[in-house]
Amino acid sequence: MHMADALISPAAGGAMWAATAGLIAYSSKKVREEMDDGKVPLMGVLGAFIFAAQMINFTIPATGSSGHLGGGMILAVLLGPYAAFLTIASVITVQALFFADGGLLALGCNIFNMGFWPCFVTYPFIFRPIFNGPATQTQGRMLTGAMLACVVGLQLGAFSVVLETLFSGISELPFGTFVLMMQPIHLAIGIVEGFVTAAVVGFVWKARPELVTHDSNPTYASPNNMRPVLIGLLICAVITGAALSWFASANPDGLEWAMFKTSSHEELANPEKGIHASLLHLQKKTAFLPDYGFKADGAEPKAEAESTPSWPAVSAGTSVAGLVGGALTLFLAVIIGLGLKRRGNHSK
Amino acid sequence: MSHHTIDAKDLHYIYPDGTAGLNGISFHIGHGESVALVGANGAGKSTLLMHLNGCLTATQGGLSIGGYPVTAKNLKIVRRSVGMVFQDPDDQLFMPTVFDDVAFGPLNLGFPVAEVEHKVMQALETVGASHLCKRPPYKLSGGEKRAVAIAAVLSMSPDILVMDEPSANLDPRARRRLIALLKTFEHTKIIATHDLDMAMELCQRTIVLHQGMITADGPTIGIFQDDALLADSGLEKPLGIQNCPRCGNRCTG
Amino acid sequence: MLNIDRNLFDIGRMDTLAMGDTPLHHLDPRAKLMTTLAFIVAVVSFGKYELSAMIPFFIFPLAQIAKGDLPFMYLLRKVMIVAPFALFIGIFNPLIDRETLFRLGSIHISGGWISYLSILMRFALTVMAALTLIALTGFNTVCLALEKLGVPRPFVVQLLFLYRYLFVLTDEAARLARARSLRVFESNGMGFKPFASMVGHLLLRTLDRAQRIHIAMCCRGFEGHIPILRPMRFGIREIRYMTFWAMVFALLRFYNLPMQMGLLITRLFT
Repeated sequence: MHMADALISPAAGGAMWAATAGLIAYSSKKVREEMDDGKVPLMGVLGAFIFAAQMINFTIPATGSSGHLGGGMILAVLLGPYAAFLTIASVITVQALFFADGGLLALGCNIFNMGFWPCFVTYPFIFRPIFNGPATQTQGRMLTGAMLACVVGLQLGAFSVVLETLFSGISELPFGTFVLMMQPIHLAIGIVEGFVTAAVVGFVWKARPELVTHDSNPTYASPNNMRPVLIGLLICAVITGAALSWFASANPDGLEWAMFKTSSHEELANPEKGIHASLLHLQKKTAFLPDYGFKADGAEPKAEAESTPSWPAVSAGTSVAGLVGGALTLFLAVIIGLGLKRRGNHSK
Repeated sequence: MSHHTIDAKDLHYIYPDGTAGLNGISFHIGHGESVALVGANGAGKSTLLMHLNGCLTATQGGLSIGGYPVTAKNLKIVRRSVGMVFQDPDDQLFMPTVFDDVAFGPLNLGFPVAEVEHKVMQALETVGASHLCKRPPYKLSGGEKRAVAIAAVLSMSPDILVMDEPSANLDPRARRRLIALLKTFEHTKIIATHDLDMAMELCQRTIVLHQGMITADGPTIGIFQDDALLADSGLEKPLGIQNCPRCGNRCTG
Repeated sequence: MLNIDRNLFDIGRMDTLAMGDTPLHHLDPRAKLMTTLAFIVAVVSFGKYELSAMIPFFIFPLAQIAKGDLPFMYLLRKVMIVAPFALFIGIFNPLIDRETLFRLGSIHISGGWISYLSILMRFALTVMAALTLIALTGFNTVCLALEKLGVPRPFVVQLLFLYRYLFVLTDEAARLARARSLRVFESNGMGFKPFASMVGHLLLRTLDRAQRIHIAMCCRGFEGHIPILRPMRFGIREIRYMTFWAMVFALLRFYNLPMQMGLLITRLFT
């Protein structure tokens, strides 16, 4: 579920960068405060472990496909949320830089989608309460906790992907279709992930119980300590909203905020209206921030889009010109590149 | 410091899970001595080495390095004077490049930058690895890794060198080069190893460990010719002093 | 996931490229990093039906590849490896957005196809830029630049450690996987149980290794701080490089160069 640079807009990417940077800074501070020297190499090596473990796969019964470890929840269990978040962030950064999996601008989105939910939401609020509950810790509770935490974490992550893509407006995929595509796939992935997490954590638990049962950071689960994280998130959301509405109004044609674009499509029965409506509905439902910038924007471009065409008016003449000119520039770029290369070789 | 000595008095160590690691170990190693520490797997060699730099603390008995008892208070002094080369160089070379790794120790000790650079280059030259300076550790061969790991320790100018299986996983030529290199060092040396032939070449004295206890401590040649002792400790005579497998004659003396 | 094996090989190759000896290699990594980010932001800020205006941006990765003496075909192949994702997500655009945007003779070209091509072009540009950055700079140096730019130290150290042990651990995992595949035959050795125990073992060994590394660090005076000596100089060359490209990006972003040129040429012939 890595998002690529090509599919997100600078505002969406930038806002998620800001959110992720905040979380990284906060987690770094927390990790530094914990003052556990041993965690420094441990985090790094576990990050590498996530890569390595993905080389080992297994056959999923009855499907013929194969599964492997995803890892977020295991890291959270072994390291605690803050160190785990940094570790996941580093794994995704390496993937972005080397495997070109995701991109630099999308890095914020990707780290958030795959790190925030498991570390700061499903681990403390699902896994730990179930596993640590009043009764003794058992294999069954662990499986339940891991399963639920993984499934919910991945669902939230997948849904974030959908939202970020929609807000960016580069892909035409309608909201409903996208959700229907993403959520079931990630339900399946989540279940496999849950089994794998439970099995591996169970294995470590048997061999080195102290690593699993001790709560690496016993106090953080209390609502008080989660407050900075939630407040930080709230601030990020405000910034996102503000940035998006600012761009939308200040730069209406250059950066096309197509997320609520409602220019009609004859062939399809106005799918975009569907997105718009469901988004608005969704926002009402999830409005943890009462004055979220989107509501106002949502209505504005709608009116605007009716009057102005979706792209600066294009006549046949200018499009041909665009094609010719484009081909020419590409040619020039290649020539310049070759020229630079030859000169470089020559000077040696 | 002129007292590069190690004194152990009745060291006991019991692991948290209850298994005994060391069962009363005492020895004295003098300035400039080169001592081989041999014993079967699980005899307690690594456990003992871990005590020498304060990574483990004895549950009973005491240890002092150069006259300083190994306690939390003296840890810094002890770790500075004891240079530890680990069995797996990958555990020891954790920095991005060879240079960074060799500089890690001196920088932690707070030397000024210019001096650190000098120390690093000097250490790398000693082990013949200056050309590897900018390489990342994962791109080195086994022998190169070992050389760099030794340089990383030398750059801190330790008085005592402690090595865990320095010849493990080396090809014959790299092993030969390592032995030649170690011969040039004048530090007090403790070498834990299964490579008894190397021990014969490098160490005049050998300590044999078995089940956490010292079963022999004396001149290397004498110990390696004591068949009964070696068999009891789960060891075997070094090839160098075994009879020739083809003609049955003793080839060396 | 055995292609990770090959990917790792690739990482090694990227590091070798980063050890090159061209002026671009010697540039302060911060300059390269920030310029690349500026490039990506400029590219993705185009409207979704923009196509021709993006083409000139290829000059940046191409110039870097040429000046940095990088193997073009190799980098292109790396771009292609990850292309399926963009191809897949983007393909919905022509299916859904079928409004004709312009005509070329009798061919009607829909907005969806234009935005699809636009996505592919963004993709090629951004991925290429990121790859050239790594190939010119090397991962570790990029990390150190990040630190100098204010990224928290624990995170940077984490990145460095991960990168260092990536090779060691994948090697270990590959050995485990190979040992299993040699003994699976036709039974269900690829099942879940052996998998869980393999990963579990790998994890335990990893934890032990972390402990050994920590001991090795402590033996050399580690007290929670990782010192790295890497003087970086942000001089006139860096400023020149950044200003030059910033101006190029700004120019290309706000003037549709190909369109102007194309207009000029079509006007000549009509």
